[in-house]
Amino acid sequence: MIWLTLRQFRVQAAVVFGGLAALGAVLAITGPGISDGYHSGLAACGTRENCSQFTARFFNDHRSYFGALAVIVMSVPGIIGVFWGAPLITRELESGTHRLVWNQSITRTRWLAVKLGVIGLAAMAAAGLAVLAATWWSGPLDEAAHDRFPRITPLMFDARGITPIGYAAFAFALGVTVGVLVRRTLPAMAITLVVFVAVQIAMPTWIRPHLIPPETGTVPITSENHGDILLNGDAFSVQVRGVPGAWTLSAETVDASGRTVGDMPTSLAAGPCAPPPPSADGGPPMGPAQACFDAIAELGYRGKVVYQPGDHFWPLQWAETGLFTALSLGLAGFCFFWTRRRLS
Amino acid sequence: MSAVLQAEGLGKKYGKRWALSGCTLDIPEGRIVGLVGPNGAGKTTLLNLAVGQIEPSAGSIRVLGGSPASGPEQLAKVGYVAQDTPTYAGLSIAEHLKLGARLNPGWDGALARERIERLGLDPAHRAGKLSGGQRAQLALTLGIAKRPELLILDEPVAALDPLARREFLQGLMEAAVENSLSVVLSSHLVSDLERMCDYLIVLVKSRVQVAGDVDELLAAHHRLTGPRRDAATLPADQHVVSESHTDRQSTFIVRTDGPIHDPAWTVGRIGLEDLVLAYMTPAPTRPTLEAIR
Amino acid sequence: MIEFHLDPGSGVSPYMQLVRQVRHALRLDLLRVGDQLPTVKDVVAQLAINPNTVLKAYRELEHEGLVAPRPGVGTFVTRTLAGESLAAHGPLRQELRRWLAKARLAGLDDESIEALFMTTFRAASQEDIA
Repeated sequence: MIWLTLRQFRVQAAVVFGGLAALGAVLAITGPGISDGYHSGLAACGTRENCSQFTARFFNDHRSYFGALAVIVMSVPGIIGVFWGAPLITRELESGTHRLVWNQSITRTRWLAVKLGVIGLAAMAAAGLAVLAATWWSGPLDEAAHDRFPRITPLMFDARGITPIGYAAFAFALGVTVGVLVRRTLPAMAITLVVFVAVQIAMPTWIRPHLIPPETGTVPITSENHGDILLNGDAFSVQVRGVPGAWTLSAETVDASGRTVGDMPTSLAAGPCAPPPPSADGGPPMGPAQACFDAIAELGYRGKVVYQPGDHFWPLQWAETGLFTALSLGLAGFCFFWTRRRLS
Repeated sequence: MSAVLQAEGLGKKYGKRWALSGCTLDIPEGRIVGLVGPNGAGKTTLLNLAVGQIEPSAGSIRVLGGSPASGPEQLAKVGYVAQDTPTYAGLSIAEHLKLGARLNPGWDGALARERIERLGLDPAHRAGKLSGGQRAQLALTLGIAKRPELLILDEPVAALDPLARREFLQGLMEAAVENSLSVVLSSHLVSDLERMCDYLIVLVKSRVQVAGDVDELLAAHHRLTGPRRDAATLPADQHVVSESHTDRQSTFIVRTDGPIHDPAWTVGRIGLEDLVLAYMTPAPTRPTLEAIR
Repeated sequence: MIEFHLDPGSGVSPYMQLVRQVRHALRLDLLRVGDQLPTVKDVVAQLAINPNTVLKAYRELEHEGLVAPRPGVGTFVTRTLAGESLAAHGPLRQELRRWLAKARLAGLDDESIEALFMTTFRAASQEDIA
């Protein structure tokens, strides 16, 4: 049965693993150069300020490749779900070959178990290899972009660690499940894609923030940590930036009693926080003066941030991988039930 | 003699429609069984139930003493050549034989290779490029070489040209003798089966109309021709299968185990094809003569 | 060795057709004592017919004492029908010829002659049975 599974899986496996091998080759060739550039730049930059300028520039130089690689890693599970999962059974149903193979001396359950097992493992291996290669290649860039794109933030989280493996297992099981329900290859592929993308969006939006209780911090608003400042006529508001290396879920301003406020009193806008005159050389105006922040502190306004700190990365990875593994097993169980009882 | 297939009140429902209902059968071992009925009568449903492809909605079925597809041993005992003889288009003939060998502990590799060779097929050929007849032969080879006790075939020759049809049936009968197989095969044409079957099941509108040994069926059915009369006037032991009337003459096909004494009748034997057709023609709801006039 | 064929439209059951073909071959001296009949498998493979049909035909021939099975080898002819009746064929044929000429003189066409022969033949055989 393993032989038959592999024989039928040959072309699809060749396409995906061939693509990964090509990607791996490109990464293997370019990776050392990037690493060398980063480390020699760091060694030469000297002062802290210079070094932070260097890392920013270094990251900007490579950011499009960095982003593209993350997107590739994120799309591997989807590709697996659509091209490996969905057609797995529908192809048999459409050509009627299920009636051939189900009447060999092997039970349907065993047939499906081998198919799901072998290809499920291949799916996880493919995602694992992709994430491994991408993490290795992006190592210097991850370090350089630690403050701007921490690996715990949504886009990076799905392309690092072990969740891509969980996603791959889930996408594969999802594809097979949709396949046995829909019974036709093309619709099954389309539905799998839509559902999987929806899950990929829903996960960081609604579920991941609560997998582990986030932390809440209330900090004074200072010239160091302020984020966007809005000054629109009388309305004035300022928020704090998140904690470095953390995933900021929300940032808002609270008053002395801890109540969330939108705008701050207009007195600030007219007084110490009034926009400074344009600088002489025509450059962008500087931020508010220190007096503004002092006035804000005096009125008792503080910034409140809800965030997942950077050290929640691995617990979150495990939690999410566990969740998707459980979902995959659930879907696989459903496939067994449905294949035994309802397919013919 | 033990039974190859036993069904008791067997039924299968799809949605609200019964594809098969009230099916009770007891097919003895060592027979070539013909399952005849028009398209959509439930033949495929019955065969799919027998191989465990689907599960019954009502009643029970036992094949070779076991529940269909209940485990590897049961699957090994029953060969199935499904409708349209499906094969893997992307796999070569040799790979199909390998598939058979991998998935069937009782696989007879020599038999399979010898059959393919005798058919003049190239093992490296992809199944997708075979003609309908060749594909059917490949599917038959897979069914035979797993060495089942019972081989079930669903409309195996429906799509074949006369020559391929003949060759397929020759191969099937030869295998049946060689391996002392019981065979159940379906067709919507009795002429496909007439020579081969010694047991017949007629299935019409999801119900078994008649089932039994062909010789016994032929001996028990008669065509009565005579002056016009009503079916109700026939003796109770003569079961009317079909009737037709002109204004002077009546023709009945009746089933009876006893002799026919009425001198008014010209009694004739009927062939298998006429017998099947009689059961396929919808029986009129016994109209009286007055009602017809 | 002889080769069987089946006439689907004859109305004669396949097994009886096989029996008759063997008897016919025996009468015409095409099969002699010691000759082998085709094996069941060969007949089945050639005609695509039910093996039981062939077995039944061979059993019937065996019952009539014309053939005998040798286990593991095949079925062989043990008695011929040619000798006893072949000698009588000539005179009988001559008589039949004379009768046919008479029938034509009486104005019967081919079809009528055949019908007359068949009905008389059947009536006579039924009287024999009764």
